[in-house]
Amino acid sequence: MAEPLKEARVVVREDECKGCGLCIAACPEEVLFEQKHLNRMGYHPAGYKGSGCSGCGYCFYQCPEPGAITVYKKGYVEEEAA
Amino acid sequence: MANALIKADSFYELYERKSGIQDVTHYCPGCGHGVLHKLIAEAIDDFGIRERTILISPVGCSVFAYYYFRVGNIQAAHGRAPAVSTGIKRVHPESIVISYQGDGDLAAIGGNHIIQAANRGENITVFFVNNAIYGMTGGQMAPTTLAGQKTTTSPYGRNVNSEGYPLKVCELLSSLEAPVYIERVALTDPKNTTKVRRAVRKALQNQIDNKGFSLVEVLSVCPSNWKMTPVQSKQWLVDNMIPQFPLGVFRDKTAEIPNRETIRNTFDQSGVREKLEIPANEKQVQYSLQPKMDFANPKLVIAGFGGQGVLILGLGIAQAAMQAGYNVSWLPSYGPEMRGGTANCNVNISRERVGSPLVTKPTVLIAMNLPSLEKFDSKVEANGLIIYDTSLINKQPTRQDVHVLGIPATQMADELGNTRIANMVILGAFIAYTAVLNKEVVFDALPNFIKRKNLLPLNESAIIRGMEYVLNKVTN
Repeated sequence: MAEPLKEARVVVREDECKGCGLCIAACPEEVLFEQKHLNRMGYHPAGYKGSGCSGCGYCFYQCPEPGAITVYKKGYVEEEAA
Repeated sequence: MANALIKADSFYELYERKSGIQDVTHYCPGCGHGVLHKLIAEAIDDFGIRERTILISPVGCSVFAYYYFRVGNIQAAHGRAPAVSTGIKRVHPESIVISYQGDGDLAAIGGNHIIQAANRGENITVFFVNNAIYGMTGGQMAPTTLAGQKTTTSPYGRNVNSEGYPLKVCELLSSLEAPVYIERVALTDPKNTTKVRRAVRKALQNQIDNKGFSLVEVLSVCPSNWKMTPVQSKQWLVDNMIPQFPLGVFRDKTAEIPNRETIRNTFDQSGVREKLEIPANEKQVQYSLQPKMDFANPKLVIAGFGGQGVLILGLGIAQAAMQAGYNVSWLPSYGPEMRGGTANCNVNISRERVGSPLVTKPTVLIAMNLPSLEKFDSKVEANGLIIYDTSLINKQPTRQDVHVLGIPATQMADELGNTRIANMVILGAFIAYTAVLNKEVVFDALPNFIKRKNLLPLNESAIIRGMEYVLNKVTN
Protein backbone atom coordinates (compact mmCIF):
# COMPACT_ATOMS: atom_id res chain seq x y z
CA MET A 1 0.00 0.00 0.00
CA ALA A 2 1.54 3.23 -1.18
CA GLU A 3 1.58 6.28 1.05
CA PRO A 4 -0.88 9.08 0.25
CA LEU A 5 0.84 11.84 -1.71
CA LYS A 6 2.27 14.51 0.54
CA GLU A 7 2.32 17.13 -2.18
CA ALA A 8 0.22 17.52 -5.31
CA ARG A 9 1.89 16.61 -8.55
CA VAL A 10 1.26 17.29 -12.23
CA VAL A 11 2.41 14.91 -14.92
CA VAL A 12 2.70 16.03 -18.55
CA ARG A 13 2.79 13.32 -21.16
CA GLU A 14 5.23 15.09 -23.43
CA ASP A 15 4.35 13.05 -26.50
CA GLU A 16 0.70 14.12 -26.30
CA CYS A 17 1.44 17.82 -25.72
CA LYS A 18 0.98 20.21 -28.65
CA GLY A 19 2.79 23.04 -26.94
CA CYS A 20 -0.18 25.42 -26.93
CA GLY A 21 0.97 26.94 -23.66
CA LEU A 22 -2.50 27.31 -22.14
CA CYS A 23 -1.59 25.29 -19.07
CA ILE A 24 1.49 27.41 -18.50
CA ALA A 25 -0.52 30.62 -18.79
CA ALA A 26 -3.17 29.35 -16.40
CA CYS A 27 -0.96 27.92 -13.66
CA PRO A 28 -1.30 30.16 -10.59
CA GLU A 29 1.81 28.70 -8.98
CA GLU A 30 3.85 29.19 -12.15
CA VAL A 31 5.31 25.71 -11.89
CA LEU A 32 4.76 24.77 -15.54
CA PHE A 33 7.13 25.88 -18.27
CA GLU A 34 7.82 25.42 -21.96
CA GLN A 35 10.62 22.94 -22.48
CA LYS A 36 13.48 23.60 -24.89
CA HIS A 37 13.43 20.26 -26.69
CA LEU A 38 10.96 19.21 -29.34
CA ASN A 39 8.66 16.23 -28.98
CA ARG A 40 7.80 13.69 -31.70
CA MET A 41 5.27 16.06 -33.27
CA GLY A 42 7.67 18.98 -33.32
CA TYR A 43 6.21 20.95 -30.43
CA HIS A 44 7.94 22.33 -27.36
CA PRO A 45 6.11 20.37 -24.68
CA ALA A 46 5.11 21.77 -21.33
CA GLY A 47 7.02 20.52 -18.33
CA TYR A 48 6.65 20.57 -14.54
CA LYS A 49 9.30 22.25 -12.44
CA GLY A 50 9.11 19.34 -10.03
CA SER A 51 7.63 21.02 -6.98
CA GLY A 52 5.12 23.65 -5.98
CA CYS A 53 1.97 22.17 -7.58
CA SER A 54 -1.10 22.96 -5.52
CA GLY A 55 -3.32 20.46 -7.32
CA CYS A 56 -5.81 23.16 -8.40
CA GLY A 57 -6.41 21.45 -11.74
CA TYR A 58 -6.48 24.68 -13.77
CA CYS A 59 -3.98 23.21 -16.22
CA PHE A 60 -6.04 20.03 -16.62
CA TYR A 61 -9.14 21.98 -17.60
CA GLN A 62 -7.23 24.35 -19.90
CA CYS A 63 -5.48 21.55 -21.76
CA PRO A 64 -7.34 20.45 -24.89
CA GLU A 65 -5.69 17.04 -25.07
CA PRO A 66 -7.58 14.34 -23.18
CA GLY A 67 -4.48 12.56 -21.91
CA ALA A 68 -1.68 15.10 -21.95
CA ILE A 69 -2.01 16.33 -18.37
CA THR A 70 -2.74 14.38 -15.22
CA VAL A 71 -3.02 16.06 -11.83
CA TYR A 72 -2.58 14.05 -8.65
CA LYS A 73 -3.85 15.94 -5.65
CA LYS A 74 -2.46 15.87 -2.15
CA GLY A 75 -3.57 12.68 -0.42
CA TYR A 76 -3.88 10.71 -3.64
CA VAL A 77 -3.13 7.04 -3.18
CA GLU A 78 -1.49 5.24 -6.10
CA GLU A 79 -3.71 2.14 -5.90
CA GLU A 80 -6.82 4.13 -6.79
CA ALA A 81 -5.77 4.26 -10.40
CA ALA A 82 -5.36 0.51 -10.75
CA MET B 1 -11.52 9.62 -9.92
CA ALA B 2 -11.10 10.85 -6.47
CA ASN B 3 -8.12 13.03 -5.75
CA ALA B 4 -6.79 13.02 -9.27
CA LEU B 5 -7.63 14.55 -12.63
CA ILE B 6 -7.03 11.80 -15.15
CA LYS B 7 -8.12 11.20 -18.73
CA ALA B 8 -11.77 10.15 -18.59
CA ASP B 9 -12.83 6.56 -19.15
CA SER B 10 -15.32 7.87 -21.67
CA PHE B 11 -12.42 8.52 -24.02
CA TYR B 12 -10.88 5.70 -25.98
CA GLU B 13 -7.33 4.94 -24.98
CA LEU B 14 -6.24 5.03 -28.60
CA TYR B 15 -7.97 6.85 -31.44
CA GLU B 16 -8.02 4.61 -34.46
CA ARG B 17 -8.61 7.30 -37.03
CA LYS B 18 -5.21 6.92 -38.58
CA SER B 19 -2.27 4.65 -38.16
CA GLY B 20 0.77 6.16 -36.54
CA ILE B 21 0.21 8.51 -33.63
CA GLN B 22 -3.06 7.43 -32.03
CA ASP B 23 -3.00 8.98 -28.59
CA VAL B 24 -3.62 12.59 -29.59
CA THR B 25 -6.67 14.20 -31.16
CA HIS B 26 -6.65 15.79 -34.60
CA TYR B 27 -7.40 19.22 -33.13
CA CYS B 28 -5.00 22.13 -33.51
CA PRO B 29 -2.95 23.25 -30.52
CA GLY B 30 -5.13 25.22 -28.12
CA CYS B 31 -8.44 24.25 -29.76
CA GLY B 32 -11.54 24.60 -27.61
CA HIS B 33 -13.05 21.34 -28.83
CA GLY B 34 -10.58 19.29 -26.82
CA VAL B 35 -11.48 21.05 -23.59
CA LEU B 36 -15.21 20.70 -24.17
CA HIS B 37 -14.67 17.03 -25.06
CA LYS B 38 -12.92 16.58 -21.73
CA LEU B 39 -15.71 18.26 -19.77
CA ILE B 40 -18.36 16.15 -21.49
CA ALA B 41 -16.39 12.92 -21.07
CA GLU B 42 -15.83 13.67 -17.40
CA ALA B 43 -19.54 14.31 -16.86
CA ILE B 44 -20.46 11.07 -18.67
CA ASP B 45 -18.05 9.22 -16.36
CA ASP B 46 -19.34 10.90 -13.23
CA PHE B 47 -23.01 10.38 -14.07
CA GLY B 48 -22.40 6.74 -14.98
CA ILE B 49 -24.22 7.13 -18.31
CA ARG B 50 -21.53 5.93 -20.71
CA GLU B 51 -23.38 2.76 -21.71
CA ARG B 52 -26.49 4.69 -22.68
CA THR B 53 -24.97 7.79 -24.20
CA ILE B 54 -25.22 8.34 -27.94
CA LEU B 55 -23.18 11.20 -29.30
CA ILE B 56 -24.07 12.72 -32.65
CA SER B 57 -21.01 14.08 -34.39
CA PRO B 58 -21.55 16.98 -36.77
CA VAL B 59 -19.79 18.11 -39.89
CA GLY B 60 -16.98 20.48 -39.05
CA CYS B 61 -13.76 20.15 -37.09
CA SER B 62 -15.48 17.93 -34.54
CA VAL B 63 -16.66 15.51 -37.24
CA PHE B 64 -14.32 12.89 -35.78
CA ALA B 65 -15.69 13.08 -32.24
CA TYR B 66 -16.72 9.46 -32.66
CA TYR B 67 -13.07 8.46 -32.73
CA TYR B 68 -12.62 9.91 -29.26
CA PHE B 69 -15.73 9.22 -27.18
CA ARG B 70 -16.19 5.68 -25.96
CA VAL B 71 -19.98 5.93 -26.26
CA GLY B 72 -22.52 5.13 -28.93
CA ASN B 73 -21.71 7.31 -31.92
CA ILE B 74 -23.46 8.46 -35.05
CA GLN B 75 -22.16 11.03 -37.47
CA ALA B 76 -24.93 13.10 -39.00
CA ALA B 77 -25.19 14.96 -42.27
CA HIS B 78 -24.28 18.63 -42.09
CA GLY B 79 -26.56 20.48 -39.70
CA ARG B 80 -28.87 17.51 -39.19
CA ALA B 81 -27.65 16.40 -35.77
CA PRO B 82 -30.80 17.69 -34.00
CA ALA B 83 -33.01 15.71 -36.37
CA VAL B 84 -30.93 12.55 -35.94
CA SER B 85 -30.96 13.12 -32.19
CA THR B 86 -34.72 13.45 -32.26
CA GLY B 87 -35.13 10.12 -34.00
CA ILE B 88 -32.76 8.28 -31.69
CA LYS B 89 -34.17 9.80 -28.53
CA ARG B 90 -37.73 8.98 -29.48
CA VAL B 91 -36.91 5.39 -30.35
CA HIS B 92 -34.57 4.95 -27.38
CA PRO B 93 -35.92 7.31 -24.74
CA GLU B 94 -33.67 5.78 -22.09
CA SER B 95 -30.57 6.80 -24.02
CA ILE B 96 -28.73 10.06 -23.38
CA VAL B 97 -28.45 11.81 -26.71
CA ILE B 98 -25.87 14.53 -27.21
CA SER B 99 -25.93 16.70 -30.30
CA TYR B 100 -22.46 18.17 -30.62
CA GLN B 101 -22.33 20.94 -33.20
CA GLY B 102 -20.21 23.82 -34.39
CA ASP B 103 -21.44 27.20 -35.57
CA GLY B 104 -21.24 26.39 -39.27
CA ASP B 105 -23.20 23.22 -38.65
CA LEU B 106 -25.79 24.51 -36.19
CA ALA B 107 -26.21 28.17 -37.09
CA ALA B 108 -25.74 28.04 -40.86
CA ILE B 109 -26.80 24.93 -42.76
CA GLY B 110 -28.62 23.41 -39.78
CA GLY B 111 -30.31 26.59 -38.61
CA ASN B 112 -33.82 25.35 -39.16
CA HIS B 113 -33.11 21.95 -37.64
CA ILE B 114 -32.05 23.39 -34.31
CA ILE B 115 -35.00 25.77 -34.22
CA GLN B 116 -37.49 22.98 -34.86
CA ALA B 117 -35.88 20.56 -32.39
CA ALA B 118 -35.82 23.27 -29.73
CA ASN B 119 -39.39 24.25 -30.51
CA ARG B 120 -40.52 20.65 -30.13
CA GLY B 121 -38.74 20.56 -26.79
CA GLU B 122 -36.90 17.36 -27.63
CA ASN B 123 -35.36 15.87 -24.53
CA ILE B 124 -31.82 16.11 -25.87
CA THR B 125 -28.66 17.96 -24.93
CA VAL B 126 -27.05 20.23 -27.49
CA PHE B 127 -23.50 21.48 -27.16
CA PHE B 128 -22.99 24.33 -29.58
CA VAL B 129 -19.39 25.36 -30.10
CA ASN B 130 -19.20 28.92 -31.42
CA ASN B 131 -15.81 30.19 -32.58
CA ALA B 132 -17.18 32.81 -34.97
CA ILE B 133 -15.57 31.23 -38.02
CA TYR B 134 -15.62 28.18 -40.28
CA GLY B 135 -12.71 26.21 -38.89
CA MET B 136 -12.52 23.00 -40.89
CA THR B 137 -12.69 24.67 -44.29
CA GLY B 138 -10.04 27.25 -43.52
CA GLY B 139 -11.47 30.30 -41.83
CA GLN B 140 -14.40 31.60 -43.88
CA MET B 141 -17.10 33.87 -42.52
CA ALA B 142 -19.76 32.14 -40.49
CA PRO B 143 -23.21 33.42 -39.48
CA THR B 144 -21.61 33.97 -36.08
CA THR B 145 -18.65 35.96 -37.39
CA LEU B 146 -18.37 39.20 -35.45
CA ALA B 147 -19.19 42.56 -36.95
CA GLY B 148 -15.95 43.84 -38.43
CA GLN B 149 -14.16 40.51 -38.11
CA LYS B 150 -11.79 39.67 -40.92
CA THR B 151 -12.04 36.20 -42.42
CA THR B 152 -10.93 34.79 -45.75
CA THR B 153 -14.35 35.64 -47.19
CA SER B 154 -14.73 38.97 -45.38
CA PRO B 155 -11.23 40.34 -45.93
CA TYR B 156 -12.28 43.90 -45.08
CA GLY B 157 -14.16 42.76 -42.00
CA ARG B 158 -17.77 41.66 -41.78
CA ASN B 159 -19.91 44.49 -43.00
CA VAL B 160 -23.25 44.32 -41.21
CA ASN B 161 -24.92 46.29 -44.00
CA SER B 162 -24.25 43.60 -46.55
CA GLU B 163 -23.49 40.49 -44.48
CA GLY B 164 -25.80 41.04 -41.55
CA TYR B 165 -25.12 40.73 -37.86
CA PRO B 166 -23.67 37.79 -35.96
CA LEU B 167 -26.42 35.29 -35.35
CA LYS B 168 -27.23 34.99 -31.66
CA VAL B 169 -28.46 31.47 -31.26
CA CYS B 170 -29.19 31.56 -27.53
CA GLU B 171 -31.23 34.76 -27.85
CA LEU B 172 -33.07 33.33 -30.85
CA LEU B 173 -33.94 30.02 -29.22
CA SER B 174 -34.91 31.59 -25.92
CA SER B 175 -37.83 33.23 -27.70
CA LEU B 176 -39.37 29.75 -27.96
CA GLU B 177 -41.64 28.28 -25.30
CA ALA B 178 -40.32 24.75 -25.11
CA PRO B 179 -36.60 24.89 -24.25
CA VAL B 180 -35.80 24.17 -20.62
CA TYR B 181 -32.27 25.42 -20.33
CA ILE B 182 -30.19 27.69 -22.56
CA GLU B 183 -26.91 29.20 -21.45
CA ARG B 184 -23.95 30.82 -23.14
CA VAL B 185 -20.57 30.18 -21.58
CA ALA B 186 -16.99 30.72 -22.69
CA LEU B 187 -13.87 28.58 -22.62
CA THR B 188 -11.45 31.20 -21.42
CA ASP B 189 -9.85 31.41 -18.00
CA PRO B 190 -10.25 28.77 -15.27
CA LYS B 191 -13.16 30.69 -13.74
CA ASN B 192 -15.18 30.70 -16.95
CA THR B 193 -14.14 27.12 -17.69
CA THR B 194 -15.66 26.10 -14.37
CA LYS B 195 -18.91 27.68 -15.55
CA VAL B 196 -18.70 25.68 -18.77
CA ARG B 197 -18.19 22.53 -16.72
CA ARG B 198 -21.24 23.35 -14.61
CA ALA B 199 -23.37 24.09 -17.67
CA VAL B 200 -22.33 20.84 -19.37
CA ARG B 201 -23.35 18.86 -16.30
CA LYS B 202 -26.62 20.70 -15.90
CA ALA B 203 -27.57 20.18 -19.53
CA LEU B 204 -26.91 16.45 -19.21
CA GLN B 205 -28.65 16.16 -15.85
CA ASN B 206 -31.75 17.78 -17.36
CA GLN B 207 -31.90 15.04 -19.95
CA ILE B 208 -31.33 12.32 -17.37
CA ASP B 209 -34.26 13.80 -15.43
CA ASN B 210 -36.35 13.94 -18.64
CA LYS B 211 -36.89 17.65 -18.31
CA GLY B 212 -36.53 18.53 -21.97
CA PHE B 213 -34.40 20.53 -24.37
CA SER B 214 -31.10 21.94 -23.12
CA LEU B 215 -28.56 23.87 -25.16
CA VAL B 216 -25.20 25.20 -24.06
CA GLU B 217 -23.47 27.61 -26.39
CA VAL B 218 -19.76 27.47 -25.76
CA LEU B 219 -17.69 30.38 -27.03
CA SER B 220 -14.45 28.83 -28.07
CA VAL B 221 -11.17 29.82 -29.64
CA CYS B 222 -9.83 28.96 -33.09
CA PRO B 223 -6.18 30.00 -32.86
CA SER B 224 -5.33 28.58 -36.30
CA ASN B 225 -7.93 30.52 -38.24
CA TRP B 226 -7.85 33.57 -36.03
CA LYS B 227 -4.10 33.52 -36.71
CA MET B 228 -3.03 33.98 -33.10
CA THR B 229 -1.33 31.96 -30.43
CA PRO B 230 -3.68 29.98 -28.19
CA VAL B 231 -2.99 32.33 -25.28
CA GLN B 232 -3.65 35.44 -27.42
CA SER B 233 -6.82 33.92 -28.82
CA LYS B 234 -8.30 33.48 -25.35
CA GLN B 235 -7.76 37.18 -24.73
CA TRP B 236 -9.24 38.00 -28.14
CA LEU B 237 -12.33 35.98 -27.23
CA VAL B 238 -12.73 37.96 -24.00
CA ASP B 239 -12.12 41.31 -25.67
CA ASN B 240 -14.11 40.79 -28.86
CA MET B 241 -16.51 37.87 -28.72
CA ILE B 242 -18.04 38.28 -25.29
CA PRO B 243 -19.15 41.89 -25.95
CA GLN B 244 -21.10 40.71 -29.01
CA PHE B 245 -22.14 37.37 -27.50
CA PRO B 246 -22.94 38.18 -23.87
CA LEU B 247 -22.55 35.29 -21.47
CA GLY B 248 -25.34 34.18 -19.23
CA VAL B 249 -28.41 32.07 -18.70
CA PHE B 250 -31.08 32.80 -21.29
CA ARG B 251 -33.58 30.21 -20.14
CA ASP B 252 -33.78 28.09 -17.06
CA LYS B 253 -36.98 26.23 -16.28
CA THR B 254 -35.01 23.42 -14.63
CA ALA B 255 -36.39 24.09 -11.18
CA GLU B 256 -40.03 24.45 -12.20
CA ILE B 257 -40.19 21.31 -14.33
CA PRO B 258 -40.44 18.16 -12.26
CA ASN B 259 -38.23 15.17 -12.97
CA ARG B 260 -40.13 12.79 -15.16
CA GLU B 261 -40.06 9.07 -15.68
CA THR B 262 -38.77 7.82 -19.00
CA ILE B 263 -41.74 7.12 -21.20
CA ARG B 264 -41.23 4.56 -23.89
CA ASN B 265 -43.70 5.02 -26.71
CA THR B 266 -45.20 1.68 -27.46
CA PHE B 267 -46.70 1.27 -30.86
CA ASP B 268 -49.86 -0.78 -30.90
CA GLN B 269 -50.53 -2.34 -34.28
CA SER B 270 -54.12 -3.20 -33.56
CA GLY B 271 -56.51 -1.02 -35.44
CA VAL B 272 -53.90 0.24 -37.89
CA ARG B 273 -55.10 -1.96 -40.73
CA GLU B 274 -58.66 -0.74 -40.28
CA LYS B 275 -57.49 2.88 -40.17
CA LEU B 276 -55.56 2.44 -43.40
CA GLU B 277 -58.33 0.33 -44.90
CA ILE B 278 -55.98 -2.58 -45.47
CA PRO B 279 -57.87 -5.87 -45.73
CA ALA B 280 -57.46 -8.14 -42.74
CA ASN B 281 -54.80 -10.82 -42.72
CA GLU B 282 -57.33 -13.60 -43.30
CA LYS B 283 -57.93 -12.46 -46.83
CA GLN B 284 -54.30 -12.73 -47.79
CA VAL B 285 -54.23 -16.50 -47.80
CA GLN B 286 -56.89 -16.57 -50.46
CA TYR B 287 -54.43 -15.66 -53.16
CA SER B 288 -52.41 -18.61 -54.26
CA LEU B 289 -49.36 -17.18 -55.91
CA GLN B 290 -46.50 -19.13 -57.39
CA PRO B 291 -44.02 -16.71 -58.84
CA LYS B 292 -41.67 -18.09 -61.44
CA MET B 293 -38.43 -19.00 -59.78
CA ASP B 294 -36.35 -16.04 -61.00
CA PHE B 295 -38.95 -13.68 -59.60
CA ALA B 296 -39.51 -15.15 -56.15
CA ASN B 297 -38.52 -11.95 -54.35
CA PRO B 298 -38.37 -9.42 -57.15
CA LYS B 299 -36.69 -6.04 -56.98
CA LEU B 300 -38.09 -3.60 -59.48
CA VAL B 301 -36.95 -0.41 -61.10
CA ILE B 302 -39.76 1.26 -62.98
CA ALA B 303 -38.73 4.22 -65.09
CA GLY B 304 -40.09 6.56 -67.71
CA PHE B 305 -41.20 10.13 -68.37
CA GLY B 306 -43.04 12.05 -65.71
CA GLY B 307 -46.74 11.74 -66.55
CA GLN B 308 -46.52 8.17 -67.82
CA GLY B 309 -47.62 6.92 -64.45
CA VAL B 310 -44.45 5.08 -63.52
CA LEU B 311 -44.79 6.05 -59.88
CA ILE B 312 -48.41 4.93 -59.68
CA LEU B 313 -47.45 1.72 -61.46
CA GLY B 314 -44.87 1.02 -58.78
CA LEU B 315 -47.29 2.00 -56.08
CA GLY B 316 -49.93 -0.29 -57.55
CA ILE B 317 -47.56 -3.25 -57.71
CA ALA B 318 -46.43 -2.59 -54.15
CA GLN B 319 -49.98 -2.14 -52.89
CA ALA B 320 -51.19 -5.36 -54.51
CA ALA B 321 -48.15 -7.26 -53.29
CA MET B 322 -48.71 -5.96 -49.78
CA GLN B 323 -52.32 -7.12 -49.89
CA ALA B 324 -51.07 -10.47 -51.13
CA GLY B 325 -49.01 -10.79 -47.98
CA TYR B 326 -45.57 -9.84 -49.25
CA ASN B 327 -43.30 -7.38 -47.50
CA VAL B 328 -42.93 -4.41 -49.80
CA SER B 329 -41.28 -1.06 -50.19
CA TRP B 330 -41.88 1.71 -52.69
CA LEU B 331 -39.36 4.45 -53.13
CA PRO B 332 -40.13 7.15 -55.67
CA SER B 333 -37.46 9.30 -57.25
CA TYR B 334 -38.37 12.06 -59.61
CA GLY B 335 -37.20 15.40 -60.81
CA PRO B 336 -38.99 18.63 -60.04
CA GLU B 337 -40.84 18.46 -63.35
CA MET B 338 -44.32 17.03 -63.17
CA ARG B 339 -44.54 16.36 -66.89
CA GLY B 340 -41.80 15.61 -69.35
CA GLY B 341 -39.01 14.99 -66.88
CA THR B 342 -37.75 11.59 -65.94
CA ALA B 343 -39.17 9.66 -63.08
CA ASN B 344 -38.46 6.30 -61.57
CA CYS B 345 -39.27 4.28 -58.52
CA ASN B 346 -37.82 1.32 -56.70
CA VAL B 347 -40.12 -1.46 -55.52
CA ASN B 348 -39.13 -4.39 -53.35
CA ILE B 349 -41.45 -7.37 -53.08
CA SER B 350 -40.30 -10.09 -50.76
CA ARG B 351 -41.33 -13.00 -48.59
CA GLU B 352 -38.40 -11.95 -46.42
CA ARG B 353 -38.02 -8.69 -44.58
CA VAL B 354 -37.02 -5.80 -46.81
CA GLY B 355 -33.73 -4.30 -45.67
CA SER B 356 -33.20 -1.27 -47.86
CA PRO B 357 -35.87 0.31 -50.04
CA LEU B 358 -33.17 1.16 -52.54
CA VAL B 359 -32.87 -1.06 -55.61
CA THR B 360 -29.43 -0.88 -57.21
CA LYS B 361 -29.54 -4.20 -59.05
CA PRO B 362 -33.11 -4.79 -60.21
CA THR B 363 -34.41 -8.23 -61.07
CA VAL B 364 -37.12 -6.52 -63.07
CA LEU B 365 -36.70 -3.34 -65.10
CA ILE B 366 -39.76 -1.70 -66.53
CA ALA B 367 -38.63 0.92 -69.03
CA MET B 368 -41.28 3.18 -70.49
CA ASN B 369 -38.93 5.39 -72.51
CA LEU B 370 -35.55 5.12 -74.21
CA PRO B 371 -33.46 7.08 -71.68
CA SER B 372 -34.73 4.79 -68.93
CA LEU B 373 -33.83 1.66 -70.87
CA GLU B 374 -30.36 3.01 -71.62
CA LYS B 375 -29.83 4.12 -68.04
CA PHE B 376 -30.88 0.95 -66.24
CA ASP B 377 -30.37 -1.77 -68.87
CA SER B 378 -26.87 -2.69 -67.69
CA LYS B 379 -27.90 -2.83 -64.02
CA VAL B 380 -30.42 -5.66 -64.32
CA GLU B 381 -29.43 -8.90 -62.59
CA ALA B 382 -28.61 -11.88 -64.81
CA ASN B 383 -31.75 -13.97 -65.49
CA GLY B 384 -33.77 -10.89 -64.64
CA LEU B 385 -36.46 -9.35 -66.78
CA ILE B 386 -36.64 -6.21 -68.89
CA ILE B 387 -40.11 -5.07 -69.86
CA TYR B 388 -40.13 -2.14 -72.29
CA ASP B 389 -42.66 -0.19 -74.24
CA THR B 390 -42.01 -0.92 -77.92
CA SER B 391 -44.35 1.85 -79.05
CA LEU B 392 -41.94 4.44 -77.61
CA ILE B 393 -38.61 2.61 -77.67
CA ASN B 394 -37.32 1.69 -81.10
CA LYS B 395 -34.25 -0.08 -79.75
CA GLN B 396 -33.79 -3.58 -78.39
CA PRO B 397 -32.21 -4.06 -75.01
CA THR B 398 -28.58 -5.12 -75.49
CA ARG B 399 -28.52 -7.70 -72.74
CA GLN B 400 -28.42 -11.38 -73.74
CA ASP B 401 -28.53 -12.87 -70.25
CA VAL B 402 -31.95 -11.61 -69.21
CA HIS B 403 -35.57 -12.20 -70.18
CA VAL B 404 -36.80 -9.45 -72.48
CA LEU B 405 -40.43 -8.58 -72.98
CA GLY B 406 -41.31 -5.86 -75.44
CA ILE B 407 -44.91 -4.69 -75.43
CA PRO B 408 -46.49 -1.80 -77.36
CA ALA B 409 -48.18 -0.62 -74.20
CA THR B 410 -48.83 3.00 -75.16
CA GLN B 411 -50.31 1.98 -78.49
CA MET B 412 -52.52 -0.61 -76.79
CA ALA B 413 -53.62 1.98 -74.26
CA ASP B 414 -54.42 4.38 -77.09
CA GLU B 415 -56.61 1.70 -78.66
CA LEU B 416 -58.43 1.40 -75.36
CA GLY B 417 -59.10 5.13 -75.52
CA ASN B 418 -56.55 6.62 -73.11
CA THR B 419 -52.77 6.61 -73.57
CA ARG B 420 -52.30 7.26 -69.89
CA ILE B 421 -53.25 3.73 -68.94
CA ALA B 422 -50.18 2.28 -70.69
CA ASN B 423 -48.83 1.73 -67.18
CA MET B 424 -51.73 -0.62 -66.41
CA VAL B 425 -51.14 -2.54 -69.64
CA ILE B 426 -47.60 -3.07 -68.40
CA LEU B 427 -48.87 -4.07 -64.97
CA GLY B 428 -50.90 -6.80 -66.66
CA ALA B 429 -47.89 -7.93 -68.67
CA PHE B 430 -45.73 -7.98 -65.54
CA ILE B 431 -48.06 -10.19 -63.53
CA ALA B 432 -48.72 -12.51 -66.45
CA TYR B 433 -45.01 -12.96 -67.12
CA THR B 434 -43.76 -13.35 -63.56
CA ALA B 435 -46.81 -14.64 -61.68
CA VAL B 436 -45.65 -12.60 -58.71
CA LEU B 437 -49.24 -11.41 -58.47
CA ASN B 438 -52.47 -12.53 -60.10
CA LYS B 439 -55.46 -10.73 -61.52
CA GLU B 440 -57.59 -11.23 -58.40
CA VAL B 441 -55.22 -9.55 -55.97
CA VAL B 442 -54.47 -6.72 -58.38
CA PHE B 443 -58.16 -6.04 -58.94
CA ASP B 444 -58.76 -6.13 -55.20
CA ALA B 445 -55.96 -3.64 -54.74
CA LEU B 446 -56.93 -1.37 -57.60
CA PRO B 447 -59.41 0.81 -55.67
CA ASN B 448 -56.68 1.46 -53.10
CA PHE B 449 -54.40 3.25 -55.54
CA ILE B 450 -56.71 4.51 -58.28
CA LYS B 451 -58.42 7.54 -56.82
CA ARG B 452 -61.04 8.12 -59.50
CA LYS B 453 -63.37 5.18 -59.14
CA ASN B 454 -65.07 5.77 -62.48
CA LEU B 455 -61.78 4.86 -64.12
CA LEU B 456 -61.61 1.42 -62.47
CA PRO B 457 -63.21 -0.51 -65.38
CA LEU B 458 -60.82 1.11 -67.87
CA ASN B 459 -57.84 0.21 -65.72
CA GLU B 460 -59.11 -3.32 -65.36
CA SER B 461 -59.44 -3.76 -69.12
CA ALA B 462 -55.93 -2.38 -69.60
CA ILE B 463 -54.56 -4.89 -67.13
CA ILE B 464 -56.40 -7.70 -68.88
CA ARG B 465 -55.07 -6.54 -72.28
CA GLY B 466 -51.54 -6.62 -70.94
CA MET B 467 -52.02 -10.09 -69.53
CA GLU B 468 -53.53 -11.37 -72.77
CA TYR B 469 -50.67 -9.95 -74.79
CA VAL B 470 -48.15 -11.93 -72.76
CA LEU B 471 -50.20 -15.13 -72.67
CA ASN B 472 -50.76 -15.01 -76.44
CA LYS B 473 -47.11 -14.29 -77.06
CA VAL B 474 -46.06 -17.19 -74.85
CA THR B 475 -48.53 -19.60 -76.48
CA ASN B 476 -47.58 -18.51 -79.99
